[in-house]
Amino acid sequence: MARKKKKVPEINASSMADISFLLLIFFLVTTTMDTDSGITRRLPPPVENPEMDVKVKERNIMNVMINKYDKLLVNGRPGDIATLKDQAKEFATPQPGKENAPEVEYKDFELLGRVATNKGVISLKNDRGTSYMMYISVQNELARAFNELRDEMAMQYFHQHFTDLTDKDKIDEISKAIPVRISEAEPEEIK
Amino acid sequence: MAKFKPDGKKEVPAISTGSMPDIIFMLIFFFMVTTSMREVTLRVKMILPQATEVQKLEKKSLVSFIYIGPPTQAKYGTESRLQLDDQYAEVSDVIQFIEKERQARNEADRPLLTTSLKVHEEVRMGLVTDVKQELRKCGAFRITYSARKGETAGK
Repeated sequence: MARKKKKVPEINASSMADISFLLLIFFLVTTTMDTDSGITRRLPPPVENPEMDVKVKERNIMNVMINKYDKLLVNGRPGDIATLKDQAKEFATPQPGKENAPEVEYKDFELLGRVATNKGVISLKNDRGTSYMMYISVQNELARAFNELRDEMAMQYFHQHFTDLTDKDKIDEISKAIPVRISEAEPEEIK
Repeated sequence: MAKFKPDGKKEVPAISTGSMPDIIFMLIFFFMVTTSMREVTLRVKMILPQATEVQKLEKKSLVSFIYIGPPTQAKYGTESRLQLDDQYAEVSDVIQFIEKERQARNEADRPLLTTSLKVHEEVRMGLVTDVKQELRKCGAFRITYSARKGETAGK
């Protein structure tokens, strides 16, 4: 059978742009650029025997409580969210030789040298009725206190903001020199 | 010297649209790469609280989400509920959920698994505390409280 050579007609490419536009619009609509952000914390491991309480000296603890009306109690006195950051910052600053301030421990670091680190722990307690918004506000203020301290230290030693540091060793050492010590107690009722 | 001759009608040459598909394709690839499709349909209302000290979550593939908030549909009441994956769940289901999330990752990544708590700002802490206790029990210690960047409430 003698077949005639058929010419394959050229495919019209002018609709290519339309097709790709369609795809483009699809991806434009489904895309979500927002990256997730939040306050990172580490939960403590479960307590094995609840009777054995770890004794911490009173001067090493800053008590922050939030009741179900979202009111604050800081070290037994009514507190305010506006001043909480400064209180936490003062507490977390190492103050060698001061009587009521938390104890100070000297540690040696490779880049920082001998640095006084604070042994204080911020104890955060909340009621079951506390609103999440308030809880996050308090966590945020406490985080801000530590971030400011770290920033000051980074400025003092490396003349850079803490957030601008890129060297992992520097970040690690400052994080160890100013550890975020926030302890969350076992849940209990707060009046 | 060239003269500026006022030659009446000079036709503007047609702009070639031949490269249009290429340009669009380039844009497509950009969006294809950056896109991340929504994995779950939210069944709880979600207004995240605001905070100033937020950090970006680094590895999205290593994050599992727990949603807590009042149901979106009125027929489920107004009491805050827990959502895991696509459905409502009880606090006791959290351990199983974390175990499942762990199984889905390869072994090297498992210790790095972070749990992101996405909680509506009006939820009471009781439910959140219960979830946190469950997370402690199953050893998922790395958590983040999801928040938007902005001034905190209560100021």
